[in-house]
Amino acid sequence: MTETRLETQGLSRHFGALTAVREIDFKLDAGARHALIGPNGAGKTTFVNLLTGVLRPTGGRVLLAGRDITAKPQAERVKLGIARTFQINRLFRGLSVLENVCIAVAERVGAATSMIYPAGWRTDVIEESMHILATLKLADAARFRVSELPYGRQRLIELAIAIGLKPGVLLLDEPAAGVPSAESHIILDALERLPENIAVLIIEHDMDVVFRFAKRVTVMVRGAIFAEGTPREIETNPQVRAVYLGQAAERRANA
Amino acid sequence: MSDAARSAAPAAIAPRLDHPAARVLMRRHHLRWWEALPWLAAMVFYFAFPDYLGFGTELLIAILFALSLDLALGYAGIVTLGHAAFFGAGAYAVGMLAFYGIWTEPITSLSLAAATAAVIGLLSGLVLLRTGGLTLLMLTLCTMALLEEAANMARAYTGGFDGLPSLPIAPVFGVFEFNPLYANTQYLYTLGALLICFAFVRTLIYSPFGQSLTGIRENLLRMHAVGSPVRRRLVVCYTISAALAGVAGGLWAQTNAYVNLSVLDLDRSATVLIILILGGHGRLYGAFVGAVVYLALEHFLAQIYPTAWQLGLGILLVLIALFARNGILGLGETLWRRYGTRLDGS
Repeated sequence: MTETRLETQGLSRHFGALTAVREIDFKLDAGARHALIGPNGAGKTTFVNLLTGVLRPTGGRVLLAGRDITAKPQAERVKLGIARTFQINRLFRGLSVLENVCIAVAERVGAATSMIYPAGWRTDVIEESMHILATLKLADAARFRVSELPYGRQRLIELAIAIGLKPGVLLLDEPAAGVPSAESHIILDALERLPENIAVLIIEHDMDVVFRFAKRVTVMVRGAIFAEGTPREIETNPQVRAVYLGQAAERRANA
Repeated sequence: MSDAARSAAPAAIAPRLDHPAARVLMRRHHLRWWEALPWLAAMVFYFAFPDYLGFGTELLIAILFALSLDLALGYAGIVTLGHAAFFGAGAYAVGMLAFYGIWTEPITSLSLAAATAAVIGLLSGLVLLRTGGLTLLMLTLCTMALLEEAANMARAYTGGFDGLPSLPIAPVFGVFEFNPLYANTQYLYTLGALLICFAFVRTLIYSPFGQSLTGIRENLLRMHAVGSPVRRRLVVCYTISAALAGVAGGLWAQTNAYVNLSVLDLDRSATVLIILILGGHGRLYGAFVGAVVYLALEHFLAQIYPTAWQLGLGILLVLIALFARNGILGLGETLWRRYGTRLDGS
């Protein structure tokens, strides 16, 4: 019996007359490798924004390890263990790669409120950040400015920052988006090396990534859950093929 | 077994902290030899130009004011056109205490100036920092305009448009008098205050807190996403910045022995912004370079072209905006890097 890390009950979000997310009941267990797929505009990113607290739901609840966090702001949810990466890089572009991770780690260990000693004295923060970069094979890039790196490696920094928060739940919003397919294996390798115990929810359009990484797949269509199952079940589900995978396959064929 | 593990642990740690990137972070706050130069220059100025110490004092105050703005604008990215509100709050705090004979001891007066400005910074920051961009810019401007108008209307206390003249300021440490003709005491006193404030700002920006401010400036949304209480950080930073501006204003009132509405006007806010952008914001020493260049140009251009000196300044600003977005220091860094890589490349 695995514990449920993150759960939503009847989670909804309207924007005026538009229902972006409709009555979603969803569970993410410890150690989960769960993919969320669906056509553009299905409400996947809105759903993630509801989970992280960027948006407030218009209905329903979000539970973290059984505790209601629906009313908690984003920063507090991070402290409670929900981290995310962004579909489009949101990095400290003018700072070095190591500093990017250090800022996240310093925030997590509560160093960031200290004003009276130099950040350089927190060797624990620097060391942990270097360790994270090493596990993502980014150590050689640590001293470069983020803006000097190729996009594929910048995507890894998104991941490094999230790992620096030691999350219990990790939400990955299209981690391979914008990465040339020749480089996407870097992302996949990194994902496969994530600590096993983290519950991971990944939004991804690249089906190769989804089917290689995920153990369960949820398909969202027009704000609601359309189907859920193992990658195999989803792949062979004729309805899913009709609304989504067919398109993706066609797109791939046309490309 | 456990002994072996313990002895093995440091060996595993060492290479990571040995990485060049880690070393850069661990050493960044170390003092460099050239950081003594501004202070040496200030002492040389004291002995070499005894007739210009009034000008020198003005310069030191401008540096402190620009430094306070740098903390808010350069490090935390808080765009403000109303920083004179805090300069003026500090100046009027000192001025009113002295004028009505309530408190004339200069150093404690300065602390009160800092406290007054900090309170105004905190209260306005709690409201203003919920906004950003142009809205924030306008609201900071409004705050300053409201204070200016309040000072104008509260004639009975502030002297209104005429201000408060001939402030009695007690001797520093009970010994060193402020002499209006020879600004020696004013200069050294201001230099001392600047040194202390600078040491404070320098410590702050290299601290983990300062690092998180840089993070907020670089990417606000990401800071939310790493769990940073962004608004609280900004309010704290804004309050500290206000307190430092208050010290600058207090020094201005003390060394000039008067205070008037000019401490609260847009001209002062705009000038300090120009100084900082000229020197280079977010750079700690940008305030120094900017203030020296601005005031020196103002001084000498005004002598040469009394009617059109602002034209020269305008041209310089256009050049900076076109070719050196990061100010004079930024330009210097770019040139240094280019020159440096050429040396490495050969």
